[in-house]
Amino acid sequence: MSEGDPSIIEGWRACVAAAASRGTSLRLRGAGTKDFYGEQLAGEPLDLRDWRGIVDYEPSELVITARCGTPLSQIEAALAAHDQFLPFEPPAFGADPTIGGVIAAGLSGPRRMFAGAARDFVLGTRLLTAQGEQLRFGGQVMKNVAGFDVSRLLCGSLGILGILTEVSLKVLPRPRLERTVRLELPAAAAVAAFNRWAALPLSLSGAAWADGIAWVRLAGAPAAVRAAREQIGGDLAETELAESFWNDLRHLRLPFFATGSLWRVSVPPATAPLDIPTKPLIDWGGALRWYADLPAHVPVREHARSAGGSALAWRGPAPESRFHPLSPVTAALHRRLKQRFDPAGVFNPGRLIAGL
Amino acid sequence: MDFSGSAITMAAMAGSEVTDIAAALRQVLPPECVLGRPEERRPYECDGLTAFRELPAVVVLARTAEDVRRTLLTCQRLRVPLVARGSGTGLSGGATPHPAGVLLSCARMNRVLEVDAVNRLARVEPGVPNLKVSEAAARHGLYYAPDPSSQVACSIGGNVAENSGGVHCLKYGLTVHNVLGLRGYTVDGELLELGGAAADGPGLDLLALAIGSEGLLMIVTEVIVRLIPRPPCAQLVMASFADVHSAANAVAGIIAAGIIPAGLEMMDRKATAAVEPFVHAGYDLAAAAILLVESDGTPEEVREQVQEIEQVLRGAGAGAVHVSGSEAERLLLWSGRKNAFPAAGRLSPDYYCMDGTIPRKHVGRVLEAIEQMEDRYGLRCMNVFHAGDGNLHPVILFDANEAGSWERADRFGAEILELCVALGGTITGEHGVGLEKLNSMCVQFSPAERAAFFAVKESFDPQGLLNPGKLIPTLVRCAEYGRMHVHGGALAHPGLPRF
Ligand SMILES: Cc1cc2nc3c(=O)[nH]c(=O)nc-3n(C[C@H](O)[C@H](O)[C@H](O)COP(=O)(O)OP(=O)(O)OC[C@H]3O[C@@H](n4cnc5c(N)ncnc54)[C@H](O)[C@@H]3O)c2cc1C
Repeated sequence: MSEGDPSIIEGWRACVAAAASRGTSLRLRGAGTKDFYGEQLAGEPLDLRDWRGIVDYEPSELVITARCGTPLSQIEAALAAHDQFLPFEPPAFGADPTIGGVIAAGLSGPRRMFAGAARDFVLGTRLLTAQGEQLRFGGQVMKNVAGFDVSRLLCGSLGILGILTEVSLKVLPRPRLERTVRLELPAAAAVAAFNRWAALPLSLSGAAWADGIAWVRLAGAPAAVRAAREQIGGDLAETELAESFWNDLRHLRLPFFATGSLWRVSVPPATAPLDIPTKPLIDWGGALRWYADLPAHVPVREHARSAGGSALAWRGPAPESRFHPLSPVTAALHRRLKQRFDPAGVFNPGRLIAGL
Repeated sequence: MDFSGSAITMAAMAGSEVTDIAAALRQVLPPECVLGRPEERRPYECDGLTAFRELPAVVVLARTAEDVRRTLLTCQRLRVPLVARGSGTGLSGGATPHPAGVLLSCARMNRVLEVDAVNRLARVEPGVPNLKVSEAAARHGLYYAPDPSSQVACSIGGNVAENSGGVHCLKYGLTVHNVLGLRGYTVDGELLELGGAAADGPGLDLLALAIGSEGLLMIVTEVIVRLIPRPPCAQLVMASFADVHSAANAVAGIIAAGIIPAGLEMMDRKATAAVEPFVHAGYDLAAAAILLVESDGTPEEVREQVQEIEQVLRGAGAGAVHVSGSEAERLLLWSGRKNAFPAAGRLSPDYYCMDGTIPRKHVGRVLEAIEQMEDRYGLRCMNVFHAGDGNLHPVILFDANEAGSWERADRFGAEILELCVALGGTITGEHGVGLEKLNSMCVQFSPAERAAFFAVKESFDPQGLLNPGKLIPTLVRCAEYGRMHVHGGALAHPGLPRF
């Protein structure tokens, strides 16, 4: 089958209709790099990789449009050829996810607090619905407020509302220069420093802490990077070392992550270290805290909640649910949206929220 | 004004019903917050789109979130529509009242509740004017980035409802990129908290959905906005072009060179000529179009970037290129741009501001098409817009007292929007759909897409009490619009595929 052959979508449509009429469900799957992610995997797998290819990319428009099955590596290579990139640095977990999966999961890497999250770069989507219709939301332009912002709603929806068949993403020029400095600091001091620097006009693009070392990445015009380096101090990390650190952090390949269980805690960035007995790995300038191999009795959710955040059981045993529980009002809205978009419950049942 | 096509179909209410609603509200709210007399309600009959007017049945001036909740519960009990209003500067009729409903003004909820400099955020009530947020944050060297030209007046609640932009959103993003969380009430009066000070949360991104939802999904009572550090230095480059095409190409050239300026605006000669006599900004009136390109950052960074920008502009055929020599001059150059709409008001008794967005590469082409439309409709149109984002603001000048003039302006605007859609763009970049662009929504979206919007609406507000009749056109309305179009033989681009 050639790229973009409409019979691919026809085939999916038939699968969706068949599942709806039989009362079964489909498990939407790209490259499977995030099979571990979400509450549960259920339904008959529907491989979405055939619908692939870059549909449109004009560097001066700062937009790339690709079919959902397009490998992330292909998109990143096309962008790199024009010195552009996806600023939200989606994690690939050491493999090659599809762009549809990247957006459906909505995960962002180390640049998230400085450049934006995946959803911030979503301009448009196409959705194949439970009714077999292909809908288009948003578009390829930078600003678009016609209708509700369904495209951003789909980002991070883990496929529960339908099949994301195409996405249009905003892209940016690569920073002219990137430099990383390292400072030896305890966690509390690192968090305080990250937030002090973030409140100054310094061109930060990453701020993480692991094992007693604060890593600060600076990006932008050479003059701006120089000025920021002077203010921050620390030791300049060699380019190769720095690149491998940020890449390994982005794809969760640092030794820290090679553990059985993993909690991902999202808090306001300046939150003092949580009263949790193991050392975290801190990313996003303090806004993201990872904890490895925590004893089961540690009330991570309670800690996160009282800091004004939430906790996700990334890997390993989860208490009542992997994702932080929703408030009753929000949960009711989720149920009603799911009910209206996918009344027969065809798509990824229970993946985002148990029972949905 | 012709209202035959509007979504408001309900007849004006009988006097006794108005009294009932007001009486019910007075039982749960301080009496002075409930306005029932026609002369008290009159000031709320329209927003910034003055062509659309309706007298609301009752006006509520909320002071607290609890006032909002009680108003919602009362509306719910009486099955009465509710339209929220911030400062009433919206340009699409989003805050046009419902004749049988309550107009809920949030203007008195205008406190900045907290500036958290360490976490770089502010918690504000919805009635706080946009500019006040930055003023409150200024002593920490921080500010709130989205800066609509109306920022002295427009409220954060209105900005959230419209997902407003500004001249600096090319680099700093729209409202959706700068709001961390919302607190408010569902139509049932239940507390709804979306997002927050932490970056990530569980579940669907309802925060993104609520932003730009034009008061159809929830009533916002508190907004957490992101604050960012004020750049130490900014400079503005002004370039003149002999034709709009070269100016448009220069815009693409700047982006292609890997530069994301803080702002990238275009004004055509009609716009500069309108503004110059009373702002004296020093615009080149001989140029067919000028570009205003801003660079911000550290002084060295700005110096480097300004040089690059100058180079690209000259390479793209700019005649004169001028760099602001002082902060005062930079602000003066901007003030001309920001006062373009009032200037239009001086040129012409009435003006109608459009808001389509197109891929940047089509800017030149659309401006030329608009020029041809000017002849066809016998109306003038000036262009002043966010060129870096491809967000056009054609300003159509007309005289409402002249018979048929508004109808022509309306059709002129609709044709521009259809061209935007045909070129892969959208009917609104930042002003919203409201009542104004309901017909154009029929052009941009298929029936199934509109049904999906209704599905979202029904998930939040099954009875359709929040700002009913706005944002999403009904099937019937689109069918009527389609017929009207074909009957008039004026379908703008018959040869182009619609979807
Ligand atoms: C001269 C001029 C220049 C402008 N320039 C720009 C510009 O550069 N960029 C831009 O984007 N816009 C611009 N606008 C448009 C307008 O200022 C924005 O749309 C603004 O966000 C509206 O804010 P407001 O407080 O006036 O809202 P209103 O007009 O009062 O209401 C707008 C919408 O918000 C809803 N709403 C208000 N408060 C709430 C709430 N608490 N909860 C739920 N819904 C609510 C209303 O129901 C309505 O649908 C301009 C307008 C004018 C008159």
